[in-house]
Amino acid sequence: MPIVANDDVVRVRRLARELAQRCKLSLVDQTKFITAASELARNTLVYGGGGVVRVGLVRGNGRLGALAVFEDSGPGIPDIDLALTDGWTSGGGLGLGLSGARRLVDEFALDTEVGRGTTVTLVKWAR
Amino acid sequence: MVAKQDGSARLLKLLSTGEQDLAAQWITQVSAGLAGRISRAELDRELNELFTALVEALRAGGQDAHGEELSELRALLTELSRNRARQGFTPSETALSVFALKHVLEPVLEGGTKDDVLAYLRLSRLLDDLGLFTIETYTRAREEIIAAQADQLLELSTPVVKLWDGVIAVPLVGTLDSARTQVVMEKLLQALVDTGSEQAIIDITGVPAVDTQVAQHLLKTIVAARLMGAECTVSGIRPQIAQTIVALGIEFGDIVTKASLADALQLALKKAGVEMISPAGGRR
Ligand SMILES: Nc1ncnc2c1ncn2[C@@H]1O[C@H](COP(=O)(O)OP(=O)(O)OP(=O)(O)O)[C@@H](O)[C@H]1O
Ligand SMILES: [Mg+2]
Repeated sequence: MPIVANDDVVRVRRLARELAQRCKLSLVDQTKFITAASELARNTLVYGGGGVVRVGLVRGNGRLGALAVFEDSGPGIPDIDLALTDGWTSGGGLGLGLSGARRLVDEFALDTEVGRGTTVTLVKWAR
Repeated sequence: MVAKQDGSARLLKLLSTGEQDLAAQWITQVSAGLAGRISRAELDRELNELFTALVEALRAGGQDAHGEELSELRALLTELSRNRARQGFTPSETALSVFALKHVLEPVLEGGTKDDVLAYLRLSRLLDDLGLFTIETYTRAREEIIAAQADQLLELSTPVVKLWDGVIAVPLVGTLDSARTQVVMEKLLQALVDTGSEQAIIDITGVPAVDTQVAQHLLKTIVAARLMGAECTVSGIRPQIAQTIVALGIEFGDIVTKASLADALQLALKKAGVEMISPAGGRR
């Protein structure tokens, strides 16, 4: 699903909730996954200039997981370590979205290239 | 151009043959499909206008649903689709107004000449496109209606209530997007002024998720309230929200939080209560 407007962030959250429920995540883990998805959706929109999200169920080690992949072809992130530093923001945010989202999920992969775009993959496993 | 004119002429002929009045049959069919939920007079007017516009368009040589010649027809269809959307008809019921004309023309397939059949096929393709056009317009109109309702809901669903003299509360319910949080926060600050309150309780029991943006809005509002001399308490932070906020790394600093709205009210009353009993013994 595309992320091109503010409303889409709300829609991503709804999608993440449905997925987390289908995956039978605990209430706490559902909230964590939804919140992480919300952060990335907004980054995709604000910094990536819009993009897409793909969600789905994954299976690994006999467990079910909720997967969300956010992709944009925006400016990319020049300094990944800096971007993942708590409190660092290039805009007017709290600078906790990226680093916080990483703590909220079980798998977090950030793939970015300056001038090409950014892809972030999230997985939260059911326990 | 000649071929095009010629093609349209054939389509035109198709519409003007038929022993009975095609338009009348068409209206009857559509009317049956809408099961009396629209007045016959209104339908008569709508469809007669459409029929005339279609004939005019074909006479002008139009054969493309998106072409210049059909602009008048599209304008009429737009109006029709918007009306249907507003009146709560389904997309099928809306497109029926166009597709029914195909049905009415079908008899030409039996006993018609090869040219008639070809003309029918071409006209029916045009009507298919026009039918899709009505569905698209219908959908867009529906979306506008829904967006407008959401705006209204936005206003409605963020009440600021006065709980006590000097104490206001805003119970937040549902998903908080940026626009909504903004509205809530502005309302809260305005209510502080209007009611001259010094205590505000922001209750987030009904909020499914607090992300950095919501937190930032909350924090900013609380700071703004402080500048106005008021104190905010955040209540209703459920366990899953608390854990998420901690994992995100959001710090609420010295902001007072309470488990429930009742607890927050108690605290606010205590603070207000100290003020209420003045040395003079009267209420301030
Ligand atoms: N998709 C992206 N494309 C380009 N830059 C990005 C992208 N996502 C994040 N960044 C950069 O990384 C920084 C940190 O992101 P992070 O989400 O942690 O903070 P933020 O969005 O600025 O604030 P918030 O706490 O509200 O999320 C951003 O300020 C931005 O410069
Ligand atoms: Mg962010």
